[in-house]
Amino acid sequence: MGQKVQRVEDDRLVRGAGRYVDDVAPDALHAAVLRSPHAHARIISIDVDAVLDVEGVHAVWTYEDLEGAMAEPLPLLIPHPTLTHGRTQYALAKDEVNHVGEAIAFVVADDRYVAEDALARIVVDYEPLPAVVGIESARSGDRLVHDDVPGNVAASMEQSNGDAPAAIAGAPHRLSLDLHIERSACMPMEGRGVVARWDPDQGRLQVWSSTQTSTGVRAAVAAKLGLDLGQVDVITPDVGGGFGVKIVHPWPEELLVPLAAQRLGRPVKFTEDRREHFISAAHERSQVHHVEVGFDDDGRVLGLDVRFWHDHGAYTPYGLIVPIITSTQLLGPYKPGAYRVRFDSLYTNTVIVTPYRGAGRPQGCFVMERTMDAIAAELGKDRADVRAANFIQPDEFPYEHGLIFQDGRDLTYDSGDYPAMLDKIKELVDWDGFESFRAAKAAEGKRVGLGLACYVEGTGVGPYEGAHINIETSGKVKVATGLTSQGQGHQTAFAQIVADELGVRFENVEITTGDTRRMPYAVGTFASRAAVMSGSAIHLAAKRTKEKALRIAAEALEADIDDLEIVDGVVSVKGTDTSIPLGTVAVLSNPLRYAFDEASKAATQFSVGDPGKPPVAEDDEPGLEGKDFYSPPRSTFASGMHAVIVETDAETAEIRILKYAVVHDCGHLINPMIVEGQIHGGVAQGVGGALYERMAYDESGQLLNASFMDFLMPYVTEVPTSIEIDHLETPSPLNPLGIKGAGEAGVIPGSAAIAAAIEDAERAVLPGFGITAMPISPSELFALRAAHTPRDAQESK
Amino acid sequence: MKPAPFDYVRPGSLEEALQALAGHPEAKVLAGGQSLVPLLSMRLAAPALLVDINDLPGLDHVRADADGVRIGALARHAAVLADPDVARVQPLVPLALADVAHATIRNRGTTVGSLVHADAAAEMPMVLRLLEGSIDVAGPGGRRTIPAAELYVGPLESSLHHDEIAVEAFFPALPAGSGVAFEEIARRHGDYAMCGVAAVVAVEGDRVVSARAGYLSVSDIPVVVDLTEALDGSVQPAALAAAADAALAQLDPETDIHATADYRAHLARVLTARVVTAAHDHAREEQR
Amino acid sequence: MSETTHDIRLKVNGTDHDVAVPARRLLSDALRHDLGLTGTHVGCEHGVCGACTVLVDGQPMRSCLMFAVSAAGHDITTVEGLARPDGELGPVQQAFRECHGLQCGFCTPGFLTTITAGIAENPDPTEDEARDMIAGNLCRCTGYQNIVKAVCRAAELARPAQDSRSEVVQ
Repeated sequence: MGQKVQRVEDDRLVRGAGRYVDDVAPDALHAAVLRSPHAHARIISIDVDAVLDVEGVHAVWTYEDLEGAMAEPLPLLIPHPTLTHGRTQYALAKDEVNHVGEAIAFVVADDRYVAEDALARIVVDYEPLPAVVGIESARSGDRLVHDDVPGNVAASMEQSNGDAPAAIAGAPHRLSLDLHIERSACMPMEGRGVVARWDPDQGRLQVWSSTQTSTGVRAAVAAKLGLDLGQVDVITPDVGGGFGVKIVHPWPEELLVPLAAQRLGRPVKFTEDRREHFISAAHERSQVHHVEVGFDDDGRVLGLDVRFWHDHGAYTPYGLIVPIITSTQLLGPYKPGAYRVRFDSLYTNTVIVTPYRGAGRPQGCFVMERTMDAIAAELGKDRADVRAANFIQPDEFPYEHGLIFQDGRDLTYDSGDYPAMLDKIKELVDWDGFESFRAAKAAEGKRVGLGLACYVEGTGVGPYEGAHINIETSGKVKVATGLTSQGQGHQTAFAQIVADELGVRFENVEITTGDTRRMPYAVGTFASRAAVMSGSAIHLAAKRTKEKALRIAAEALEADIDDLEIVDGVVSVKGTDTSIPLGTVAVLSNPLRYAFDEASKAATQFSVGDPGKPPVAEDDEPGLEGKDFYSPPRSTFASGMHAVIVETDAETAEIRILKYAVVHDCGHLINPMIVEGQIHGGVAQGVGGALYERMAYDESGQLLNASFMDFLMPYVTEVPTSIEIDHLETPSPLNPLGIKGAGEAGVIPGSAAIAAAIEDAERAVLPGFGITAMPISPSELFALRAAHTPRDAQESK
Repeated sequence: MKPAPFDYVRPGSLEEALQALAGHPEAKVLAGGQSLVPLLSMRLAAPALLVDINDLPGLDHVRADADGVRIGALARHAAVLADPDVARVQPLVPLALADVAHATIRNRGTTVGSLVHADAAAEMPMVLRLLEGSIDVAGPGGRRTIPAAELYVGPLESSLHHDEIAVEAFFPALPAGSGVAFEEIARRHGDYAMCGVAAVVAVEGDRVVSARAGYLSVSDIPVVVDLTEALDGSVQPAALAAAADAALAQLDPETDIHATADYRAHLARVLTARVVTAAHDHAREEQR
Repeated sequence: MSETTHDIRLKVNGTDHDVAVPARRLLSDALRHDLGLTGTHVGCEHGVCGACTVLVDGQPMRSCLMFAVSAAGHDITTVEGLARPDGELGPVQQAFRECHGLQCGFCTPGFLTTITAGIAENPDPTEDEARDMIAGNLCRCTGYQNIVKAVCRAAELARPAQDSRSEVVQ
């Protein structure tokens, strides 16, 4: 723990020997999906006749070919009492399509080329319907996405603590703000993919999916195909990035591919292409917010009232997780005197919205931090001081917000030290020296600005994860945990935990993730939960394994357990030469007395077990194994602060990041190298979300930039040349390792901090200039400058 | 995203290639393929036949002499960019080439291919027009030279006939007493520019005697504007502003998802001033 | 009527492979599906992401923007061909491991091939030159910070080896 250990995953991956889902089953048939070209249309007819005589085509299905549970809508994974009008799509569209890209027909052919040839021959007769695109259009309710959902509202929710409107009305200062964040998406480099093989000899289905939850996919496939859970194995191989989108399940293809494998008796593969990923996976982030805030002369927030509208796209398979997170995590490290939040979750004829790294927090952070900056500007105070005046103090933990979090539990922060963190970030970015830096740059004719944003992130949400550890007779330690990996280095970090607890060599620990054959009980990798949940479970399972090893070793060595220690996989009596390797202990743990290898021969010198009792005691099991589950009462809350310095070009309005500083607190660090890698990646996505990436829909619901050519993910040339990181370690009291999640953190305050920095740079020249929507492009900054007349500047003074 | 089926030939001589094209009205020529293959993969184009000219002999040359730079149809951008003689004879060519996509694309993509792809957002068609270069094409009736001014007839449309193959591009040398400059502003490094401007300025002493600028991404075909009159010999701010006015009168920027028409026009204005000034300075240096 | 195939010989990582492919088979697909060299990844299939980058006669090129039939007769190197002859990691591979230059690993093969060619051309890149070298490859995990470090480290690791190679040649 705590060491910058190099990753065990890498040797394989840098040799090109990784196994991603498209790499397995080279003998598979290939599937392709016909997708709606319309955002909203009724399907009058589908004619597949022309496909049937295409050589190499094995199947072509439409909704009419689906039966039983497969013909029902896909599951609504996370229902909520306020989600009164939840709707999900069918695996293949029935009568109506609600976004460009919705699956209509499914073809299986010899290869993907032929499958796409077949798609081109399918004739669909559509009756186009008016499309609802964007929050304005959805909110007006003039047009409906679903005929039976009035006003396009799937859910309305309200939470409050205290009487915010009254507190605002009575406050010495009041402000209102309208704030907007646009759509973006996870965009992992590997799209979705699934392979299935039906084994008629065993009556078993084997599924590989590029997913963030193998157990979820397994349950969904079994339910939809009418199989027993025990007939379905789901294996998550190497996954080329997830960032949230791959937690959604089952995708239509995750059901259609296994069904095809079963019906055709051949392995079948679906590998999503990039355009498909844009129009048929998931997006996030689009929300419009209205803030009312009342505060005192020190900038202390007395009342905060937030109303927002969340665009969830055409369907709600993932429920209300994103807006619930915004509504609760918006509070960040602050404690407003009273708080009320209300949101509507709205249908639009666009791709579904599900969590993308940060999951509603970037929006919440943007809203809260823009509000803090507005308060500071109104009072003429230092922006950091206003934040400090609102912080929850270190002696106030656990801190109860009086709200319900996304996991259905109380929103209670477990630990943190926000004042100390603010000191660190101010030092890291040289907050106090900035005005002289600004003056020096101004003398060169350059505009620079400084922005700061703070956040708190609930991580490690339950309900549980488990781990199973088995020490083989070779001394190798085989560990299985059920959640999946998408590049986070779990095999390394988890092996570090096991090596530490068990006293074995790191190299002898082998971690398996996301394979339901090895660990059928698991939830998945999302919500920055893997290290906290599986890390803790693995720690607990290692403890159990160690206890058993010591018990058997004590008997074998005729020693007291308390006198034993395990170092490098060998149990010894402290301070003596008396010892026994763990591999031998493993042999002894299994009373199968065949000397099939050297280890079992060596074990015959030891005698364990009471000859008067059964070889396996009543409360024991054969094997040197340990299994345990970790299920915390509630989430653990990581936190962080970002500060950024930007330069905005006076002529061209180009925006350049000069400095990016991060202070991060995820409790104890398992592997600082991996944590910093997560922060780097998050910051780059934050920069992408702030300055480059957006989903550009036209009024008819066509996505205009469904390619990497026009959806502008940052290259190396668009990210800061260095990201300065400092850590604070406030351990979590909720888990045995004192850790908190780290996966999503880096992305959360990006838009908030960069907006603040750009605004600060512009205000030096254009007093009162404000940024209320992100992302922002040079073209938009140019337009904002043009719209910011001297008269506006006068008024805002 | 896989291409629709097509027939494929890889002729060993220009004659065979021309014959293959002549017999097939729906044939397309494949050289570097860096623009064509994505169109095929997205099935935005589905030619019946691809004539792969990569085996044609004697077309990968890059030659620079006193007249100018001659670039064969199979010369890759990277080869042109790396050629020191090209930079000496016509420095605008490498200046612009450095902004053509990314290095990996330049390793395969050909300069002539880019010229006849006729994209008004691409660098090289604009440079060819600005420098008043030309393209040599071979067809069933023999070889002909198409001046750049006659090459670009519409959006993504050149005046090449379907049965012709562009075999060489010619970029005239930079005359003595002249300077060049190029600048573009893109959303990301390597993307198509929101606006790009190149200039050729000739001076006598400090005085501008001729100035022309080429514009990309602010009209549907590459546009060249003569700024000589507007500058009236000077590169002082007022003259530059007048030059930008003159240029904007001939440009027709459009709004897209990356930039508004206003912003593109603004960039055209800013970049006009920048590149005219830089080309003027370059010309002054060349004089010394 | 089945699609016409072309008999071609692809030389990949020094080994000749005879395959019959339709003209439209992308080089990326031929490598992955016909030759089973799945280390080359496909991230966008329109030439923007760079995950599929391979070396063609030593030059980095997008294998998704080339047809296999056009690649016949050229010397192709994929990520599987970057290890040292003794099986140890090559300098770029080793540097990526040391510097934590990869997370999910999907874009990595394209970076490794690109950088292999890059440091052959520029054996001592500055950080700015390192950025330039990888400017056409997308990574969604790392934020590029450690990849830039890995370029410099790879160059450092490669230098003595190259010196000794050039001695052998002399």
